[in-house]
Amino acid sequence: LTLDPLIGAISAGNTVVIKPSELAPACSSLLSSTIPLYLDNKAVKIVEGGSDIAQELLQQQWDKIFFTGSPRVGRIVMSAAAKHLTPVTLELGGKCPVILDSYSGSDLKSAVKRIAGGKWGPCAGQACIGIDYLLVQQKLAPVLIESLKRCIKRFYGDNVQNLQSICRIVNKNHFDRICNLLEEPGVAASIIYGGSLDRENLMIEPTILLDPPLDAQIMTEEIFGPLLPIITLDKIEESIDFINARPKPLAIYAFTNDKKLKDRILQETSSGSVTFNDTIIQFICDALPFGGVGQSGFGRYHGKYSFDTFSHEKGVLHRSFFPELEPRYPPWNDFKLEFIRLAYNFDYVGLLLHLLGLRRLFIPNRAR
Amino acid sequence: MAAGAEGVAEDLRSAYAAGKTRPYEWRVSQLEALLKLTTRHEREIVEALRSDLNKPEYESVIHETVGVSSACELALKELHQWMKPEKVKTTMVTYPSSAQIVSEPLGVVLVISTWNYPFSTLSLGPVIGAIAAGNAVVLKPSEVSPATSSLLSKLLGEYMDTSAVRVVEGSVLETTALLEQKWDKIFYTGNGKVGRVILAAAAKHLTPVVLELGGKSPVVVDSNINLKVAARRMISGKWGGNSGQTCVSPDYVITTKEYASKLVDALSCEIENFYGKDPLQSNDLSSIVNSRHFDRLINLLDDETVSGKIVLGGQRDKVKLKIAPTVVLDAPKDSPIMNEEIFGPLLPIITVNKIEDSIRLISSKEKPLAAYLFSNDKKLKEEFITSVSAGGMVINDTNLHLVEPNLPFGGVGESGTGSYHGRFSFDAFSHKKAVLQRGFTGDIAARYPPYANWKIDFLKSLFSGNLIGVLRALFGW
Repeated sequence: LTLDPLIGAISAGNTVVIKPSELAPACSSLLSSTIPLYLDNKAVKIVEGGSDIAQELLQQQWDKIFFTGSPRVGRIVMSAAAKHLTPVTLELGGKCPVILDSYSGSDLKSAVKRIAGGKWGPCAGQACIGIDYLLVQQKLAPVLIESLKRCIKRFYGDNVQNLQSICRIVNKNHFDRICNLLEEPGVAASIIYGGSLDRENLMIEPTILLDPPLDAQIMTEEIFGPLLPIITLDKIEESIDFINARPKPLAIYAFTNDKKLKDRILQETSSGSVTFNDTIIQFICDALPFGGVGQSGFGRYHGKYSFDTFSHEKGVLHRSFFPELEPRYPPWNDFKLEFIRLAYNFDYVGLLLHLLGLRRLFIPNRAR
Repeated sequence: MAAGAEGVAEDLRSAYAAGKTRPYEWRVSQLEALLKLTTRHEREIVEALRSDLNKPEYESVIHETVGVSSACELALKELHQWMKPEKVKTTMVTYPSSAQIVSEPLGVVLVISTWNYPFSTLSLGPVIGAIAAGNAVVLKPSEVSPATSSLLSKLLGEYMDTSAVRVVEGSVLETTALLEQKWDKIFYTGNGKVGRVILAAAAKHLTPVVLELGGKSPVVVDSNINLKVAARRMISGKWGGNSGQTCVSPDYVITTKEYASKLVDALSCEIENFYGKDPLQSNDLSSIVNSRHFDRLINLLDDETVSGKIVLGGQRDKVKLKIAPTVVLDAPKDSPIMNEEIFGPLLPIITVNKIEDSIRLISSKEKPLAAYLFSNDKKLKEEFITSVSAGGMVINDTNLHLVEPNLPFGGVGESGTGSYHGRFSFDAFSHKKAVLQRGFTGDIAARYPPYANWKIDFLKSLFSGNLIGVLRALFGW
């Protein structure tokens, strides 16, 4: 997220300033001390700091700004960019849904592993393409939930004090934000697994909720944490309308082998990307452009797209002095006008006839 | 009017949500309708352009209606291809999988167009792209060209599916109201000042924007060229395009001190061939669009540091709003004519000692929408192309890159962002959605916790395509 844009900018021949997030201070500091040892620091600079530094940077004129973060700050960045007509790429987030069709047996097991891995694997849910919530048919929910619970215990442990292989919440602010999501009326009551908190270590147990109220914040804002709401539907096809009623997400994950459903998801929903039968992995497929749409952002990168994002594609037309086309030049008359019109339409026969003055014989009225 | 903008946006959103604009058939029907109205009503369009700009019939047809017809025809021919998902090769990293990039419409888009080519690919080109890409679209024509604005509103109202394609006329008030609505893309053609306003409004809704602005497009004229042809092409690009009121018009010329007088003579000779001894009487020259712009241009010319440097032309007719093709030699660097986009029939020539100095001169100014070079010197051409940053370039001609649909047309820096024309118009109004298909075979334990060193080694090797490393990690070698 930080270094891929840097790679793109450098390969496209730009000078670059990176402002890493102050919320990850150790990494910010490491970048700041390490990059100058390896890269040409006349052309690549790291500027550390918080929002005041960011504001100062935004007052300067840049030829491009690449921002990864929340829509709220995305608006601030774009407004600042507007003053200098600076083009921007905004990699934002959203509520990335998983649609789980009817799977059973080993397919369900694999799906559940990928869902668990896609929810709690990336930074305990604090990832733009992390799964936010899950949609499943009501009658399949119990089997899914049991399978998920088993998987969570196997991957991460079953006690908030002994969690393994999982990140903590980045800071107290975000910890409290996530806890507040759980405290809304109706939400706490919908917790069916987990929910334990360790404030001292900023750890939250992988938590599953079943059908929390749809107007609660946990269902209207990007969770960005280890809470997984499961929303049950009568028919899995209803997931399409459910998703469309909400802002366009960065990714949609759909576990299904039903070709009709796949086609409907592709045609009728809009998202940065769609992955069938897996989660997160589209991120490492460099041949695919990575980016959002609508509230999840615009612009794209990864692989060659990173290079392109920091490039201007300049159209260059080479002409020679010969031949010259007299009808281009004034004084204009009907002959010249007709000539250019015919040339534009590649009407070579018409052109020849026109040049020989014979066209009127064949096409007396200029019919189109 | 404010309620009007909201109502229009809502109507179009409903039409889009209902899937009206997605099918291939709908897009084709709309492109065909646009083609029909352009060709059937060419007379009226020419008259409206005469009324708004005193535009010669030749320009109205060749620069406006023919361009629109060609763009429609190209879209109709290529639409199937454009709409097809693009298959993409996957690697060992996501094996087994298949991937593609699917083009989908952005939704409901706003096109704000401009007065100098109100019925052309500048104004309707984005509409063609938007429709081809499956969007619902609102067109806000410029109020500075009222006859064409009114005609657009009437004709599109009659021929197009108005549930999804609308024209909203008006000026600042109506535009502001439109900008308060949420759009999925905004396409603006105009100047940098308003471009900033558009971007700031778009920022509130995180709306992506294409800005087709302008700038001072320079022409560098080397020696050892076919000067007569070069002069004719410069004249054609400057005065043959709406009397210099074109975003990619040659704005100023740079040539060597030695060559300047030859260039002025060639220009003088060809201008007389094209427009006669008294160009103000020629019917082949557009007028200035209104008295505000006329006065602006006269002020540039009558500036005390510039007026003594006119070497050609300078005549003006305030009643007809016409200014003769005018050439100024070596206006001072800090004069207004050398610091703002001229957008009119005045052509400053700046002389340098060596032609290579022109590159530094150009680079000291804001990036223009276009840059032109007349030269037969291969080294100079290469240096020009690599060192001068501009939206687009033409070597040994002017303006023509606009009509090449295989070239992206757009600006950079102050001259704008984004591009269009041909397939690029379709792409400008599409979201390219990445789609990855996976199956359940070949699920690798290395992905899942509990994490272990061998899993890290395995995945590291996999990502870098190191097959040996993969095997070593798997078998613990």
